[in-house]
Amino acid sequence: MRWFWIDRFEEFVVGQSARTVKNVSLGEEHLDDYNVTWPYMPPPLMIEGLAQSGGLLLGQMSDFKARVVLAKVGRASFDELARPGDRLTYEIRLLSQQPDGAIAEGTIYRNQDTLGRVELVFASLHGPEFEAVELFQPHEFLRMLRSMRLFEVARHPDGTPVKIPAHLLAAENAALAVTTP
Amino acid sequence: MPSNEEVFEKVREALVDALAVDDAEVTPEATMVGDLGAESIDFLDIVYRLEKAFNISISRGELFPDDILTNAEYVSDGRVTASGLAQLKNRMPFADLSKFEQNPLVQDFGNLLTVQDLCNYVQTKLV
Repeated sequence: MRWFWIDRFEEFVVGQSARTVKNVSLGEEHLDDYNVTWPYMPPPLMIEGLAQSGGLLLGQMSDFKARVVLAKVGRASFDELARPGDRLTYEIRLLSQQPDGAIAEGTIYRNQDTLGRVELVFASLHGPEFEAVELFQPHEFLRMLRSMRLFEVARHPDGTPVKIPAHLLAAENAALAVTTP
Repeated sequence: MPSNEEVFEKVREALVDALAVDDAEVTPEATMVGDLGAESIDFLDIVYRLEKAFNISISRGELFPDDILTNAEYVSDGRVTASGLAQLKNRMPFADLSKFEQNPLVQDFGNLLTVQDLCNYVQTKLV
């Protein structure tokens, strides 16, 4: 099972905000696992979708070199549940950034309706204890970003497109060289 | 300029929201780490809420000058030296360091700050 809780990016403004989409499908087993007779999207997985959106927004600021993790969920409120067939939009906005992490606020929409609001705290893991820790294989990470179409929409605040970091392209090329005879 | 009571109420609100503690737990003498259970990442949240609540800016290291504690010049055998204590007093005039001074173990520094210290700090920023 893939731990992808967003389907694609629709908007990405470096260091500021992002908007992503999640389509809820009855084909996803967790809907039934969570509530057998009345399937709905578990709210913690909507929070995870916001966290992935915000984590990538924050990670991009270091060309995806920083180890960014969701450290804490502040207030989280949900007015309605999301059900199979719903198309969810996640909006995440960075409110404050420090070397150790960032504060963000996220909102979940279904069409024009607000389903929930969440406050998130991200941590950037620094220090010698994390030096050897890779959260992702770089080439697989880039494949995920391409799948989510992040670079198709990512822009700097002045409107210029965001380029794929050289170290990720190098890792992708190296992986392709290994797998292509 | 808000009164001491007004500052305390806003600090309390910030701590209740950031730490998910009850109003009654946030007393002036409560320590941030020991009594209210604050972890390092919570301070990021607390600083943001204080900045917003009081419309102030808090620089890194101003409220928690941990650079002193990682400076070999000010730490010896896990204890803050006399010159280190002088630096801490200089940088943290809002905090009561008298207890810490008696046995200045670096590992205990994290549990130094009380809610009242936080209120005192905010007052210095509002002057």
